[in-house]
Amino acid sequence: MDVFNAIVQTLDSTIRLSVPLLLACLAGLYSERAGIFDIGLEGKMLVGAFAGAAAASVFHSAFLGLGMAVLISVAFAMIHGFASITHRGNQIVSGVAINFIAAGSTIILGQAWFQQGGRTPALQPGERFEAITLPGADAIRDVPIVGPIYAELLSGHSILVYLAFAMVPFTWWVLFRTRFGLRLRAVGENPAAVDTAGISVAWLRYRALICTGILTGIAGAYLSMVQNGGFVKDMTAGKGYIALAALIFAKWKPVNAMFACLLFGFLDALSIRLQGSPLPIIGKVPVQFMQALPYILTVILLAGFIGKAIPPRAGGVPYVKER
Amino acid sequence: MSTPYAKLPAWADYGLIPLINLFVAFVVAGFVVLLVGENPFRAAIILVEGAFGKGTGIAFTLFYATTFIFTGLSVAVAAHCGLFNIGTEGQAYISGLGIAVVCLSFDSTLPWWLTFPLAIIAAAVVGALWALIPAYLQAKRGSHIVITTIMFNFIAASIMVYLLVGPLKPAASQAPQTRNFFAGAELPKLNWIIELFGAKIRSAPLNISFLLALAMAFLVWLLIWRTKLGYEMRTYGHSPKAARYAGISETRIIITAMMISGALAGMMALNPVMGDQHNVAIDFVSGAGFVGIAVALMGRLHPVGIVLAAILFGMLYQGGAELAFEMPAISRDMIVIIQGLVILFAGALEHMFRPYIQALFASFSPRSVGMEAVKGKGA
Repeated sequence: MDVFNAIVQTLDSTIRLSVPLLLACLAGLYSERAGIFDIGLEGKMLVGAFAGAAAASVFHSAFLGLGMAVLISVAFAMIHGFASITHRGNQIVSGVAINFIAAGSTIILGQAWFQQGGRTPALQPGERFEAITLPGADAIRDVPIVGPIYAELLSGHSILVYLAFAMVPFTWWVLFRTRFGLRLRAVGENPAAVDTAGISVAWLRYRALICTGILTGIAGAYLSMVQNGGFVKDMTAGKGYIALAALIFAKWKPVNAMFACLLFGFLDALSIRLQGSPLPIIGKVPVQFMQALPYILTVILLAGFIGKAIPPRAGGVPYVKER
Repeated sequence: MSTPYAKLPAWADYGLIPLINLFVAFVVAGFVVLLVGENPFRAAIILVEGAFGKGTGIAFTLFYATTFIFTGLSVAVAAHCGLFNIGTEGQAYISGLGIAVVCLSFDSTLPWWLTFPLAIIAAAVVGALWALIPAYLQAKRGSHIVITTIMFNFIAASIMVYLLVGPLKPAASQAPQTRNFFAGAELPKLNWIIELFGAKIRSAPLNISFLLALAMAFLVWLLIWRTKLGYEMRTYGHSPKAARYAGISETRIIITAMMISGALAGMMALNPVMGDQHNVAIDFVSGAGFVGIAVALMGRLHPVGIVLAAILFGMLYQGGAELAFEMPAISRDMIVIIQGLVILFAGALEHMFRPYIQALFASFSPRSVGMEAVKGKGA
């Protein structure tokens, strides 16, 4: 029974840890499918986390915080769009710039506004998203097997967790079952064809980036308002890059993205749980190895040893109308 | 602007446009200072005085500049070949391992002038090897070099943390770093050069690797513009198709360019490790690899521009430290914002002002932008 409980707990923290990855990964999916590489997921999450926690603690409202997180994150996405769509700048350079501006400005503004060494004030109960208990969770908690799975694993998360997982089928539906999605994918594969059909490439790509901004904003809000009761400097700690890795791992598909993020979240949960205690058969695994595993797996995938990852064809290329 | 960008005179292309971009970046940074509630002009004065006011300040500025020359050159060499090496950070970090092995083995037996060349070789080789895998994957497997080098940054960080809290740490110590090196692995200071000009220096870490950095800048210039290899690299960077047609081996050129880039990144580690801290500590690179991106873009990938841009960033680092002391609201993270803004305006938005400047030049003298006067003909 102990083993079972341990498994349930590890899976529970897997869900918690994979939510920010999943949101950021889906965010990247929208922009990369539209042909815009986005290294700046990390930065947009970070500004989202900061804006969310700051607004929530000033206005005493979790939902205002979330709104502000989304707003600021979308604004940063628009900077990326302005540089890489309107001015046809290098998308990677622009993404790198956004990450730096985000990293620096959250610390400077946080220190200037709250004087707590770059932190925002600890969020009070009404200012963060609380856990939701699903109906009947307490009633069946004591039922063996099913009880813990329902009460621990599925129930007791914040609304953003359910939202993140709901975004997976939603994104699939938007991309593969709507006219907007068809055009969005087309603009990432062959923008000239979309242009010939009389549809604005730039406006489509801007809309894709707005979707990206909304999702990275929610991802940031999750970090600072659910996982942690406030903003801490550099709290994204490379999650944006792991999300990027997950996106490649998922071969730019929404359902795959969920499994990739769950896998990377599981590795993270496992490394926290083990903390240097030896595994059966394998023996002691260094924490650092577990932390590096998502990156190693992605490189192996990119090398073409586990299937082949083929990015959207027009990715990273600014669209020039006349040729 | 549907025509490809018309030519500007060289001084405008390499001088005026970068300066305008830089100016805009600083104006935006000034707004951030204003938002924090400080006076941006006073901040700028403190920054410049902190960097160049005293001999010690100048020495520190040049010490930081040394680091950025290496990383800037590293990014530039790859960029000439059309490759974006974001992995400079990781290549420099992992090179600390090569330096540590050399220094810890020889620092009590050899004098510095024997340890130093060995360490240069070790750093360059380790850095080059760390760049080799992403380069090979790009050349042979078509995996995007930006993504693989980012992944390799994280893998390098994990390896270094593992080694520095474990095997490389002296048993008696708690701090995650190697033991301090003996005199045989300490580089001589260069502060006397500044003292020649009459300035007093208390203690500053400016060391002989500054000269190595300048030598490398010259060698990179020689490589890119005066050798066959450099010509091939630029050809490939300009048009991979043309390079293929000209019979240039794609695999060879990508791998060579990335290994040179990695070697330059690796040499960066010499400056802080052997010149200043005299040990290898966790996170000793602390973002210098990423500063290299800003430096390379600002210097327009030319070694002279890179040295100047590196000195500018050295000034920001040193002056920024003084600024944080005078205005506590503006910590050193302000530099990170400026760095981001420089990358944005000098990199991603580099063409934003170009049409206006071209229009301006064309209205004064059409010949200067390579156009014949179009009066009466109708464009």
